[in-house]
Amino acid sequence: MHAIVTVIGQDRVGIIAGICVALAGINVNVLDISQTILGGMFTMVMLVDIKEASVPFGEISSVLDAEGERLGVTIRIQREDIFNAMHRI
Amino acid sequence: MIDLKEIFETQHMIDRENLDIRTITMGISLRDCADPDPKRATQKIYDKITRCAERLVPVGEDIEREMGIPIVNKRISVTPMALVADASETEDYVPFALAMDRAAKECGVNFIGGFSALVQKGFTRGDTRLIRSIPEALAVTDYVCSSINVASTRAGINMDAVRLMGEIIKATAARTADRDGLGCAKLVVFCNAVEDNPFMAGAFHGVGEAECVINVGVSGPGVVCHALKDVKGQPIDVVAETVKRTAFKVTRMGQLIAREASTRLGVPFGIVDLSLAPTPAQGDSVARILEEMGLERCGTHGTTAALALLNDAVKKGGVMASSQVGGLSGAFIPVSEDEGMIAAAQAGTLTIDKLEAMTCVCSVGLDMIAVPGDTPAETIAAIIADEAAIGMINNKTTAVRIIPAPGKVVGDMVEMGGLLGTAPVMAVHGESSAEFIQRGGRIPAPLNALRN
Repeated sequence: MHAIVTVIGQDRVGIIAGICVALAGINVNVLDISQTILGGMFTMVMLVDIKEASVPFGEISSVLDAEGERLGVTIRIQREDIFNAMHRI
Repeated sequence: MIDLKEIFETQHMIDRENLDIRTITMGISLRDCADPDPKRATQKIYDKITRCAERLVPVGEDIEREMGIPIVNKRISVTPMALVADASETEDYVPFALAMDRAAKECGVNFIGGFSALVQKGFTRGDTRLIRSIPEALAVTDYVCSSINVASTRAGINMDAVRLMGEIIKATAARTADRDGLGCAKLVVFCNAVEDNPFMAGAFHGVGEAECVINVGVSGPGVVCHALKDVKGQPIDVVAETVKRTAFKVTRMGQLIAREASTRLGVPFGIVDLSLAPTPAQGDSVARILEEMGLERCGTHGTTAALALLNDAVKKGGVMASSQVGGLSGAFIPVSEDEGMIAAAQAGTLTIDKLEAMTCVCSVGLDMIAVPGDTPAETIAAIIADEAAIGMINNKTTAVRIIPAPGKVVGDMVEMGGLLGTAPVMAVHGESSAEFIQRGGRIPAPLNALRN
């Protein structure tokens, strides 16, 4: 099952590394990363596979919240389905 | 992969424009709960509701978390209680409402609909008993909603029921006078009631429905309003197209959530209701959409036309986005639940007469309107009769949810709390309709009922 991770915040060293390590720790596979600076803000979108994750969805979300707090960025995870439903026929 | 712009558009709609799933409503048939012994019947009712809906709230919360979209309400609708309770040997139907209320609390939902009767052509013993129990039932329960269908295009208008409902609404207000007549906010009088409506207070699980279904109501006035800001000054057909496109996106959310909930709960998917439902929150108002189209204030000349366009475009966009569309499907105009409507009513631009005209072109009817506490029962009945006539002649659902707030006069505010909002007390005509209402009887089915 695919999910989209979105990260927004002040740019700093180690954001991508921190998030990838956190995801690897719960066996979430990163499939694609797209990153840019929008209006001075670090903006990243990751496509991840959560099928083999070692914890349920709620906990993945908590792990990312904690990592976001440590890095000073806002991280959100949502299933890919919601975006497909809205933007693809 | 979905591109960045699309991802942020969806998130922006949710974060800033109040996009949400308004309700997941589980419809449950209680037809197998009838029993001559009222105690056994109420026990069966409680047991069946809590069994069927046990997982509704946790599953809803899981979906909410995973999709990242709020599901504001989880609710239950049941078979019109008059049909179930008719078999029981008792005059007092309040215990049936209490059983519904207990079950709703056990399941963690915030409303349960179906303390209802369908009397468009006449009353059974059970119908009369249920209607007589409404004032007490709505006073002693917290979550129970009641609806009575008094008219239909096929049957005409049961004017005896209309008269009775005028009295019952007054009695309900009096019985909940300590809460400004709050009981009336949970009581709807319908013409052409639909069987798969997921929205309260009018939801019930119709007799033609399956054992148990999941119906979903979407929302999104804020999203539509925001989209219209981008087409300021452009021709009105561009407005219609923009509403359509936005409604499509909003409804796709509803379809996704409905499918997901149905799969996880192991309950068939019923319908998605395309209604544009406002809340009292800033930026979640249907009135503000009409104003965005170019009206200085909702209620002024042009409001009915703007609403007709909105209602139609929402349906056209929504119907393509869902495999099964039903319920009320249209724009709602509940005064107390819409920040822009409240402002327009307070300014005196939006009157009951204008609202009545607006109900000709949208779903549903005169909704969440507070009127002075001394409004006679016959005047309320006459308001119901007018709305029922609009529904009957135009083959549409209409409804009246009106609060004659005890002790309040025009200009006062009635505080309902939460999603029910705040209603400014609106003026009604002082001239009497009593003689008309006291005639009773039935308005015959109109010519357009004869379609075979």
